[in-house]
Amino acid sequence: MTAPPPSPAAHRLRLYEILPWLCAGGAFFVFPDYLALGGQILIMVLFALSLDLVLGYAGIVTLGHAAFFGAGAYVAGILAAHGWTEPLTLLLAAGAVACLLGLVTGAIVLRTSGLSLLMVTLVVSELLQEAANKLGWLTGGADGLQGITIAPVLGLFRFDLFGRTAYLYCLVILFLAWALARLIVHSPFGRSLIGIRENVTRMHAIGSPVFRRRLRIYAISAALAGIAGALLTQTTQFVALQVLSFELSGSVLVMLILGGVGRLYGAFIGAPLYMIAQDQLARDDPAHWLFWIGLLLVVVVMFARGGVLGIVDRLRGALR
Amino acid sequence: MDAALSALVSIAFHGLAYAMVLYLISVGLSVTMGLMGFVNLAHGVFAMAGGYVAISLMNRAGIPFFLALALAFAVVALASMALERTLYARLYGATELDQVLLTIGLVFMAGAAAKFFWGPLPLPVRLPDYLRGQIDIAGRAFPAYRSFLIVGGAAVVTALWLGLERTRFGAQIRATVDNRRMAQSLGINTALLFTCAFAVGSGLAALGGALGADILAIDPTYAQEHLIFFLIVVAVGGLGSIRGPFVAALLLGIADTACKYLIPEFGAFFIYAATLGLLLWRPQGLFGHAA
Repeated sequence: MTAPPPSPAAHRLRLYEILPWLCAGGAFFVFPDYLALGGQILIMVLFALSLDLVLGYAGIVTLGHAAFFGAGAYVAGILAAHGWTEPLTLLLAAGAVACLLGLVTGAIVLRTSGLSLLMVTLVVSELLQEAANKLGWLTGGADGLQGITIAPVLGLFRFDLFGRTAYLYCLVILFLAWALARLIVHSPFGRSLIGIRENVTRMHAIGSPVFRRRLRIYAISAALAGIAGALLTQTTQFVALQVLSFELSGSVLVMLILGGVGRLYGAFIGAPLYMIAQDQLARDDPAHWLFWIGLLLVVVVMFARGGVLGIVDRLRGALR
Repeated sequence: MDAALSALVSIAFHGLAYAMVLYLISVGLSVTMGLMGFVNLAHGVFAMAGGYVAISLMNRAGIPFFLALALAFAVVALASMALERTLYARLYGATELDQVLLTIGLVFMAGAAAKFFWGPLPLPVRLPDYLRGQIDIAGRAFPAYRSFLIVGGAAVVTALWLGLERTRFGAQIRATVDNRRMAQSLGINTALLFTCAFAVGSGLAALGGALGADILAIDPTYAQEHLIFFLIVVAVGGLGSIRGPFVAALLLGIADTACKYLIPEFGAFFIYAATLGLLLWRPQGLFGHAA
C-alpha cells in the first residue's frame, strides 16, 4: 500500500518534486477562467496533504478529518464576521484552534483502536456539526455563515472577482505547508512515525513514546487542515455546514487514495483529479457521480492499491 | 406528577422499540467485527436494502406484511453471501484502511443505486390494519405497532441467543470469536462459518431495517446517515459480544428518545458527548475484552 522505506539518499530534494509547482504556476496563466476552481483545488490539496500525515505516515485511519477543516473554516468565518479581517493572522488563529482541538480529541481518539477509533473520529466531527447546526446565532446554522469580509493580503492584494489573488494566496500557503510537511516526514520524528505504523509493538519495545508522537502528528495535521478550512472561508467568504460533514471527510479520503497514500504527493495528484472530474461529471446529477466514485474506490482497493502513484511505481519497476 | 410519569413511560416505551430495531441491525456487525475483525462500514446498506425490498413487496406486489419480512431477510442474506464471497473474503487479511475504503465505496454505490431506482424521497410505509391504532395496557394507550416491535424484537433476540447458546453452529461461532486459530485446528471450517454468520447478520439487519422503517425512514442516505448509531452500538457494547450490543442499544435507544423528547434543541449532541466519555473510560466498550 505504501512506499518502501527509503535509503538515506532519499531525503534529498528530487527533480520531480518541482513538477507540481510548475503545473500549479502554469495553470495560473493557461486557465485564467478557471482560477476559482483552481483555488478550491489547491485548498483540497492542502487538506488531503494534512490527512496524508496522519493516515499515510502515522497509520491512523480517520473518518472525521473534516472536523478540523470545518473548525478552521468556522473560526476564520466567525472572527471575520466580527471585524477581524486581516487574512494571515486569521489563518494563524484558525490553525491554532484546530491544533488545540486536535490535541484534545486526539487524546481520546488515540487511546482507542480499530473500529472504535474510526467511530470516535466520526463522533467528534458529528458532534461539531451538530453544535454548528444548533448554535445558529453564532454560526448561521443550516443557512451558512454570511457577511464575511476579508481585508487585502498584506494590505496590498485585494481578493478580486476572478480569483487571481485567491489562487496565488492559496498557492503560497500550500507551498509553505508542503515545505513543513516534507521537513516533518524526513525528520527522525517522521521516520519514527513510519516505524509506529509498520510495527507498533517494536516501537514500544525500543522505548519510543508512541502515544505522544502520534498525538503530536495528529495535532500538526489538525492545524494544517484548519488552515485549509480558513483558506476556503477567506476565498469564498462563506461557510456552509457541509465543511464539517462526513461527506467531506469521505471525499478527502478518496482524493488521497486516488493519488496514493503515504507519499506526500498523492494529495497533489488525487485532489485535482477528483475536483476536475467532479466539476465535469457531477453538474447534472450528483447521485450518479457518487456511484462512480464508489465503484472507483472498490476497483482501486481490489486491483490498484497505492493509487496513481502506486501504478507509476509499478510501471517504473517493470521497465527497470 | 402524572404528566411526568406518563412522559417517563412514553420515553421508555418508544426507546425500547427503537432499541430493538437498533439491536437487530447492529448485532451482525458486532459478530463480523469479532469473528474476522472486518471493519464493515457498509452494514447499514443491508438494513436499507431490507427496508426497500420489504416495502416494495408490500406496496407494489401486495404481499402480506410477514411474508414480505421473511422475503427481505432471505433476499438480503443471499445477496450478502454473494458479496462476501466475491469482495469481502479477499480483504480478510488486508489493512483496516482497505476494508474501510471498500465498504465506503459500497455505501456510495448503494446510496446512488437506491436513488436511481426509488427516488430521493423516503418510502411511505403502509402497515396492515391489525398493526395500526392503539392498544390498552394497564389503563394507558400505546401505539400497536411499537408494541409489536418490542414483542417481536424480543422474540427474535431470544431465538438468536438460544441459537448461539444451544446449537452446534452457535458454539462454533463462540469458539471462533474467542480463538480463531484454535477453532481452526479443531477442524471448524471458519471460512464457511463466517459466510453463514455474515449472511445471518445481514439478514437480521434487513429485518431490522424493514421493521424499523417507521422509525428510521428508508431513503437513499440511510446507510450513511445512521452508520454512526450502528457503530456506537457495536463499539459501546464491545466487539464480538452478542449481549453487549443489546445493552448498548437499550442505552442508546432510550437516551436518544429522551433527548428528542426533553431537549430537542440540542439534537444528538449529548449522545455523542456521552459516547466519547464512555469510550474514554472504557476504550474496549462495556462488555469487550481488553485489547
